[in-house]
Amino acid sequence: MAQASTEKVIYNRAGQRVVSPDYLLFEAPRTKHFMTGSEAVKEAVKRSSVDASVSYPITPQSEAAHLIGELWVEGYVGVYFRGESEFGVMSELAGCAMAGARSITTTSGPGTLRAMENFPMWAGTRIPVQLVLMARGINSPLSIQPDNLEVSFLLDTGCMIWYAENAQDLFDMIIAGFVVAEKPEVHVPIITAVDGFFVSHTREAIMLPPDDIALPPYDPYKSPMPVIDAEIPPGRFLRDPFVMKSNYISYATHASWQFEVRSAIERSRPYAKHYLRGLIEEFGDPEAEIVFVACGTAAAQSKEAVRLLEDEGIKARVVKLKTIRPFPIEELINATKNAKTIFVPEFNVVGWLEREVRRYLYKRSDADIIGAPRVAGGMTMPPEVIVKEVLKILGKEVKHVI
Amino acid sequence: MTRRRVNIRMPALGGQGAVTAAHIIATAADYEGYYAVSNPFFGAEKRMAPAESYARIGVEPIFDRGEVVYPDVIMVFHPQVITMGKSYTMPFYSGIKRNGLIIINSEEDLLTEEDKEYLEGLEVKVLNFNATKFAIDIAGTELSTNMAMLGALFGAIGGVGVESIEEGIKSRFLKKFVASGGTASLDSALERKFKKKLELIQKNLDTARAAYEMAQRWAQEQGLEPFLPPPPKKALV
Repeated sequence: MAQASTEKVIYNRAGQRVVSPDYLLFEAPRTKHFMTGSEAVKEAVKRSSVDASVSYPITPQSEAAHLIGELWVEGYVGVYFRGESEFGVMSELAGCAMAGARSITTTSGPGTLRAMENFPMWAGTRIPVQLVLMARGINSPLSIQPDNLEVSFLLDTGCMIWYAENAQDLFDMIIAGFVVAEKPEVHVPIITAVDGFFVSHTREAIMLPPDDIALPPYDPYKSPMPVIDAEIPPGRFLRDPFVMKSNYISYATHASWQFEVRSAIERSRPYAKHYLRGLIEEFGDPEAEIVFVACGTAAAQSKEAVRLLEDEGIKARVVKLKTIRPFPIEELINATKNAKTIFVPEFNVVGWLEREVRRYLYKRSDADIIGAPRVAGGMTMPPEVIVKEVLKILGKEVKHVI
Repeated sequence: MTRRRVNIRMPALGGQGAVTAAHIIATAADYEGYYAVSNPFFGAEKRMAPAESYARIGVEPIFDRGEVVYPDVIMVFHPQVITMGKSYTMPFYSGIKRNGLIIINSEEDLLTEEDKEYLEGLEVKVLNFNATKFAIDIAGTELSTNMAMLGALFGAIGGVGVESIEEGIKSRFLKKFVASGGTASLDSALERKFKKKLELIQKNLDTARAAYEMAQRWAQEQGLEPFLPPPPKKALV
């Protein structure tokens, strides 16, 4: 097509005006809406020029999956269908992505584990698909309630993992997630995690840009891997299958490819930093020696605890981690420079974030690192409980905290 | 006593509309200019079994999520919450804060001497009123019990006016809205009952307003001060 001499306005398949990611995320005027986290997923997908979505119902992500289906009915999503299980969903989504489609799905808890084999496969095939993970307890015993143990299983799959605190974070992260994941030098999957129910089912104020603008469509020809040409068989969907050649060259290729996937995550740092306005967010007194390092709802509850501790005359602050993969190593080291006590509050029994914090602060911080408080199985973490934990550790009197 | 935040817990029975009430309470408070958040209890609720929802209203951004363990206000939607222990917390007032408020949908006094002693010790006020009767008399259906309950809440704690309640109700019933399949079918049942949506909104609003005025008078008699300072911000259009 001949280049127009004047600036050309481009529209996507839904008739939305295509704008730059920076305009959509930072410059477009925003208006206030009141909605659940699930509805925020719909609003983000609506503005992301999505080509394909595959769904499977499981609490608490069913509503988000349902709402993406409504977008397909309204013409905002190119292809939408229901998989036969979460394993099917993640495999089929990979197929969509390999064929050059911008693809997204959602799952929770047991669904994540059922689909597990696919996540390293996604990373290894370098597809920039997005999974919105609404964390819930995993079996057994059966739980449908919030608990983010499942995230620990995903840490080393080769996918980027970002963690949203609330509906606003989730909206912005879903859009930014596509942008960062699709950078040619990154081009790995993005998992945007959020605590199920605490965000999916909570109704709150959120600022949204207009819905008649959207991200530029995905350009699969910028992919570092060839797109499948389904009309010329065989569809080439993997690099040379190493397993067929048992020799040291194939082993080395396999190993180096795994390093390459992890390097790709590292290369996402500057982009994530730009589109997320930093890999961490700090809250509270910058001088405080008591620091909560947390993500998601644990960060939200810690912010409330900081306010309550202030009432008790104790200075504290929160370092909220927005990304888990890549892990904000330098940011965390800088933000905890003056810390004497670091609390890592979590919604799971194993303390996977505490492990991460210890690993990256090893010999980089003199602070005591305390993996508490920790709740699981659907429990709420009232800020009063966090305050109690802090007072106990500091050897202060625990009065009736309310 | 003024606060920075009012945390509200609503023990109810499944089908009574406590989740809808929380939604409208938060939307109305948001419209009034407060910060507000609502959420349901995260379980497998069903008709007549315990169901619970929560709303938080404040003058600064609200980060807190999940169940309200330490409420300022408890709204008991059904006598069985107390008489049959259909509550997620035992006793139903566990965690109530000093100077708190309990609104019970019952004209009968359901509290034991022991309950009263505990609540008086914390200077908690108790408002007994028959919200279901308000709903039947004004809206013609007990399905509007939740409207009477939320009207009474705002009448008693102050800060959020009838105009904002109206906005909250309109926003719930006029906008396209998905909560769950169950809510969708309940909505269609409601619509059949009221014939027209606008009539539904008007009747719900009338119910809420009547309970609002009743509770406002009660709060004056009790010498209750508004729970929150005036809203910190004007609602964005």
